[in-house]
Amino acid sequence: MTKTADILLSGLPKCPTGIHGLDEITLGGLPRGRPTLVCGSAGCGKTLLGMEFLVRGAIEFGEPGVCISFEETAEELASNVASLGFDLASLIAQKKLAIDHVYLDRSLIEETGEYDLEALFVRLGHAVDSIGAKRVLLDSVEALFAGLDNESVLRSELRRLFRWLKDRNLTAVVTGERGQATLSRHGLEEYISDCVILLDHQVTETVLTRRLRVVKYRGSTHGMNEYPFLIESDGISVLPVTSMYLTHVASNERVSTGIAALDTMFSGKGYYRGNSILVSGTSGTGKTSLTAHFVDAACARGERCVFFSFEESADQLIRNMQSIGIDLERWVKKGLLHFHAVRPTTFGLEMHLVKIHKIIDQIKPSIVVVDPVTGLLHAGTESETRSILLRLIDFLKEKQITAVFTTLTSGAIAQEQTEIDISSLVDAWLLLRDIESGGERNRGLYILKARGIAHSNQIREFLLTTHGVELREVYLGEAGLLTGSGRVAQEAKDASAAMLAGQEIERKQVLVQRKRMVLDAQIAALQLDLETDEQESQRVIAQEKLKIVKWERDRGEMARSRFAGEVPKEFANGAVKAPGLKGSGA
Amino acid sequence: MKRVRVDGKTAAKPDAVHYQLRLFVTGTTPRSARAIQNIRAICEEYLQGRYDLEVIDIYQYPEHLKAEQIFVTPTLVKRLPLPVRKLIGDLSDTGRVLIGLDIEPRQLSAKPPNEHAA
Repeated sequence: MTKTADILLSGLPKCPTGIHGLDEITLGGLPRGRPTLVCGSAGCGKTLLGMEFLVRGAIEFGEPGVCISFEETAEELASNVASLGFDLASLIAQKKLAIDHVYLDRSLIEETGEYDLEALFVRLGHAVDSIGAKRVLLDSVEALFAGLDNESVLRSELRRLFRWLKDRNLTAVVTGERGQATLSRHGLEEYISDCVILLDHQVTETVLTRRLRVVKYRGSTHGMNEYPFLIESDGISVLPVTSMYLTHVASNERVSTGIAALDTMFSGKGYYRGNSILVSGTSGTGKTSLTAHFVDAACARGERCVFFSFEESADQLIRNMQSIGIDLERWVKKGLLHFHAVRPTTFGLEMHLVKIHKIIDQIKPSIVVVDPVTGLLHAGTESETRSILLRLIDFLKEKQITAVFTTLTSGAIAQEQTEIDISSLVDAWLLLRDIESGGERNRGLYILKARGIAHSNQIREFLLTTHGVELREVYLGEAGLLTGSGRVAQEAKDASAAMLAGQEIERKQVLVQRKRMVLDAQIAALQLDLETDEQESQRVIAQEKLKIVKWERDRGEMARSRFAGEVPKEFANGAVKAPGLKGSGA
Repeated sequence: MKRVRVDGKTAAKPDAVHYQLRLFVTGTTPRSARAIQNIRAICEEYLQGRYDLEVIDIYQYPEHLKAEQIFVTPTLVKRLPLPVRKLIGDLSDTGRVLIGLDIEPRQLSAKPPNEHAA
């Protein structure tokens, strides 16, 4: 269940606790053969941690354990942990566990001189030997301080006790109450210096969060942070905030988003498997619908999906997606799609994360949708939510599970900023935005980032149709970006403008033609006129010439009649034909 | 069970309460020896003839520790008369031993002193 001692960075032998997450933080478990101090205030789960250490040791690692309880009886302990599914009675019967309750009642104790705790040592030694124990829980040894007066004796005896535990190579968990200025009320950390774990619980906005921190771990590296932990029906779960190292394998496989046009925007091949994809947008921009495509596509490939919904019930989601032509129900029936719909306020953040972890471990999906992650803000503060998401992303990455998160951005903040500021954690970010123009709201989509994928820098219009999401090229014209009916109108306008232009040309051409015809006609008419004029002129000329000839003849006749044979030279050779008479027939 | 019965005389007075005492020691350490000496002296002086004293070596009988709720040595357990009381330490503070055994009244205690106490 846990990656136990595989990562032994140091040579220090470690004793796996079997507690979910704790072995990761401590890189293998508690220091073997040494005592570990677990301190914290009342009710923070010290005893439980110790008991789980023993029970898991006995069941999972074959290491019997002894519990010396100074506070609760064996019966009380058994009933306390029965709710976690630990059957102490049967473990005791199988000699895998021994519980010894050391009862301290000051009123029945009279101190009459020097003493030591040898009896306790013998008692513990006897219990250890009786079952061959490897693990010990002392809970809580500080009760001795309340029961006995002589503090200096107690201190030296406790020092001896821890030495004794070490000498016997027992891995021990010693619990201690948190002090005012010290980790434990009586400064046990002074004696137990190998490993100190601090438990704490805080209530933030009515939600309780338990936290665990490895204060020190001599001779070993360990996670330094405060890690939230949960007490659940099967014990403690510590949630490492992040994997200590970013060592997850990156897949080269590209998978389709389910929307062809979106795949195209991702250089035609979709996203990388195991990517975490953020879909952000203001309400009603179609985030859920977009994720439904991812889910649909994955299920169609035969992959399992888990859909964590914090806003809609499974039924509602299925119905709503049907309205855009995505039938998710068939995948549910096939057992590929699992819905997990719960109100974010139902329990604290940690619980959500644990639930998510559990479901993922159980179903082993290849894609996980959290819709919306901002819903988790209702269950915790911003920084907590961010850390939860970080852990979730890490967890999913490690398992090569594609994560699709939706996040709601309010109009008040910049669109390129997610409310919980997880943008830097994700690999790809699709931003859906409203584009308001011409009295209507339209949706636009663009890829804000996509690590390792060449992607389109263009805004596409995002349409929800009865057959799913469609992406359209937006209109980019002189009037800027146009979408929706604005785009349609502009396109129509463009078309008519183009048509008009065509008609104009045609008209112009006709006009030119006509003009040419008119001009041609005019030219013809003028030509005709000219010809007519010419003919007229010729005729006049001919007439004039005839007149001249006639006149010459008349004058010749007159002269002849006057001078009798004295003919002028030009008429003498009988050239009576004038040249102009040549075409007189025309 | 091996117990060292130090004294087992019957009560001298018929109405005198009988004391049943158990002393848990750690072998033969000086402190154990001191405790044994101290309790013997006290018993002889105050409870003569009406007490049973067992001295138990916890190394030999560790299983008793759990039943008797012993975690400190030496511990003297006053099993009878009731209430059961534990006296821890080497019993060198006689005054406190007497109070603890209800032989002498508790000064600050609201409890009335045992009527049978000397």
